[in-house]
Amino acid sequence: MQRLTSSLKYVSKFYKLDQLRPLIIQICSASTDLNFHKSVPPKDAGETKEMNLVQSLSHTMDIAMERDPSMIVFGEDVAFGGVFRCTLGLRDKYGKDRVFNTPLSEQGIIAFGIGVAAGGSTAMAEIQFADYIFPGFDQIVNEASKFRYRSGGQFDCGKLVVRAPYGAVGHGAHYHSQSPEAYFAHTAGLKVVIPRGPLQAKGLLLSSFADDNPVFFFEPKRLYRAATDMIPIGDWRIPLGEAEVVRQGRDVTLVAWGRQLHTMLDAADMARDQLDVECEVIDLQTILPWDTETIFKSVRSTGRLIISHEAPLTGGFAGEIASTVQEACFLSLEAPIQRVCGWDTPFPHIQEPVYMPDRLRCFEAIKKVIADS
Amino acid sequence: MSRFLVNHLSAMSRLCRVTVLRPLLTPSTTQVRFQTTDIKHRDRLIQKELGIARYVGMKTVYSADIETCTVVPNHTPLPVYQVLDNEGCVHDTDQLSLSNQEVLDIYKQMVTLTLMDKLLYDAQRHGRISFYMACTGEEAIHFGSSAGLSHEDMVYAQYREAGVLMYRGFSPEECMNQCTGNVLDLGKARQMPVHYGSRKLNYQHISSPLGTQIPQAPGTAYAFKLQGANKCVCVFFGDGSASEGDCHAAMNFATTLQCPVLFFCRNNGYAISTPATEQYAGDGIAMRAIGYGMEAVRVDGNDLFAVYNAVKHYRERAVTENAPFLIEAMTYRVGHHSTSDDWKAYRYENEVHELGLNSCPVKRVKLFLIKQGLWTSEEDEDFIQQTRSTLIQTLEKAERQPKPGLDSLFTDVYDKIPSNLIDQRNEITNHIRKYPNEYPKHYQ
Ligand SMILES: Cc1ncc(C[n+]2csc(CCOP(=O)(O)OP(=O)(O)O)c2C)c(N)n1
Ligand SMILES: [Mg+2]
Repeated sequence: MQRLTSSLKYVSKFYKLDQLRPLIIQICSASTDLNFHKSVPPKDAGETKEMNLVQSLSHTMDIAMERDPSMIVFGEDVAFGGVFRCTLGLRDKYGKDRVFNTPLSEQGIIAFGIGVAAGGSTAMAEIQFADYIFPGFDQIVNEASKFRYRSGGQFDCGKLVVRAPYGAVGHGAHYHSQSPEAYFAHTAGLKVVIPRGPLQAKGLLLSSFADDNPVFFFEPKRLYRAATDMIPIGDWRIPLGEAEVVRQGRDVTLVAWGRQLHTMLDAADMARDQLDVECEVIDLQTILPWDTETIFKSVRSTGRLIISHEAPLTGGFAGEIASTVQEACFLSLEAPIQRVCGWDTPFPHIQEPVYMPDRLRCFEAIKKVIADS
Repeated sequence: MSRFLVNHLSAMSRLCRVTVLRPLLTPSTTQVRFQTTDIKHRDRLIQKELGIARYVGMKTVYSADIETCTVVPNHTPLPVYQVLDNEGCVHDTDQLSLSNQEVLDIYKQMVTLTLMDKLLYDAQRHGRISFYMACTGEEAIHFGSSAGLSHEDMVYAQYREAGVLMYRGFSPEECMNQCTGNVLDLGKARQMPVHYGSRKLNYQHISSPLGTQIPQAPGTAYAFKLQGANKCVCVFFGDGSASEGDCHAAMNFATTLQCPVLFFCRNNGYAISTPATEQYAGDGIAMRAIGYGMEAVRVDGNDLFAVYNAVKHYRERAVTENAPFLIEAMTYRVGHHSTSDDWKAYRYENEVHELGLNSCPVKRVKLFLIKQGLWTSEEDEDFIQQTRSTLIQTLEKAERQPKPGLDSLFTDVYDKIPSNLIDQRNEITNHIRKYPNEYPKHYQ
């Protein structure tokens, strides 16, 4: 939407402007609009600077490269800054041996990264879109994840971090919209991390570089330029494997990650304003291995749980959370656990507004768990 | 045999001497043939021959001279086959194999495609469609190749080949129905703009993940072969996509399983911002054919006649010999990769002029037609004016068409809609009823 609006400024060279009546395409819908909820860094985090998600990511890679001379950054089109401009400036600063374009092969990119890590250097591999990571799936599922285990701990590729943009943007259709985290969460040995904004991106990405396991870092591309946070400019980290209670509440626990966290916060606002229901909103942050304790603790106090993600319902990570929680917290539950997810269809184009687990669908789920109990 | 075909075949035999690559080793003979017939090298080999060397699937000779057993990369790149130059002159009129009328018809389609590209590109800039990719600079590839194929041949395209589909009868209106995602879009408004496809026109639907179509093509070709269908498959892909593992699988399968398939690489020098110099270190894509035991040709992709001659020739051979062939068409991506990037961020203006704009494939055909007295500048102006206004009306008409309703979200996931999707459809239908003002109007 933002891109579409700003593109209106473009002046046609060929067709006269009056021949083309400006029109914002119909596929945008109010209920799926992004409403970004800013984060505030802790008071002891030191000096801060305002950054959007793209800037926060390049800033984080910059300080990691400065600190670790063995770190290299590569992928399709990363040399000129990447199609989303996340690696902008790194090539100028660190040179073409450390920041470079690869040939167009995701299988090659992931495998090369595993090899770099196994060779003792730090590999930051960029996959242009999460939808295009699958040519590298064998290298991820059968290689990266089992490198340590299969060699009795002799070898590992823990110095590998793979970044990829994921999620809906309003017009991405099948192949520029998917949220593939559940495929990776099904593979022991990987870590899967998703930040919900510029601040978390900094803290979690720095921890991912420091972590000695292969980390898959999925970035909500809808947020790249949509909003800013104040970012601590020093070595500021968020530990992997810990969920964050973003908002406290006594009635219903809402769990999400990435961009969907903001939708959950919208739904929580609606519930507070319209139903006088207080939701506790939790950002899972690390999908694998995930922080069960924080969720259990919350559900034990609220008795109600709703999990939401853009990925399809069936086989989605919400199912894993729901079953784990009902095993551990059965006696505390006052209503069936709800999942608000994408439908079990490919990600559509024109139909995106009715595919998305938007704030209204999340709000309806809140009404349901309240009514059921 | 038509005069065109005769001319054409003689043209091809001349062409073969220059730019056609044949595999190095013919396993059935003991003679070793070198790519550059280096006489001294061969003599030395014969002197040093130590006897026959036999391996599974290979019969060759031993040699005590390591040099005779060594292959080195080509230092002189394979030449580029050209019929029509930048000024619209034909090097050798014997090689002209399209009729005047055919050339004129194609020229009009080329212009229409160029105008449609400009219109839809601008339409995206005005927020009227969500995305677009122009093919500017690659029009000769589209029309030359499609004219050289039979309409029955199956096409697997990448995305920047709208002209191939247009030549087969897909109208600008159908393109615009797809790009605006209205109810008339054959793909039911499910994919991003430019993801066309038509069962009727034997053109597989475009899929964004790169390279995936390349190994599917030999599969279809193999099925055609067993069915005795007498048709081939033509698969298009970019210089970038040629780096995907799929491309290796495709060529290896096609040669080992003898599939009647044409691998058509549009080498336009870029994959988004990545120049060909960072995509591969060898001599382009054509040279790879040798490694798979396949014949290849490199043609001027901005030359309608060269592309046509090559495709026509190899199409016949693919069908009669049940063999795959590789065509590498050299061209230049004149525009941005898509509406999502700006080429100024990664290449210089003078390069775009030198390698792209100065070698416009459409202009070449226009100059040719004018020289032949088949077309005038005035006719050209009129045609452009007229086509442009028709296209604008067509776009407005496509925009006025309604968008598809909810059903198109849940159908075609499977052949029959399963119960979970029926439940989900009911759920969203009821939900929209509760919030009628929150969703686009066409859902009510
Ligand atoms: C598997 C996969 N990886 C990455 C992309 C993103 N992408 C879209 S087009 C493109 C460049 C393709 O270049 P090329 O094959 O040369 O075709 P051209 O655009 O030049 O016609 C890239 C990297 C994709 N669509 N699919
Ligand atoms: Mg290309």
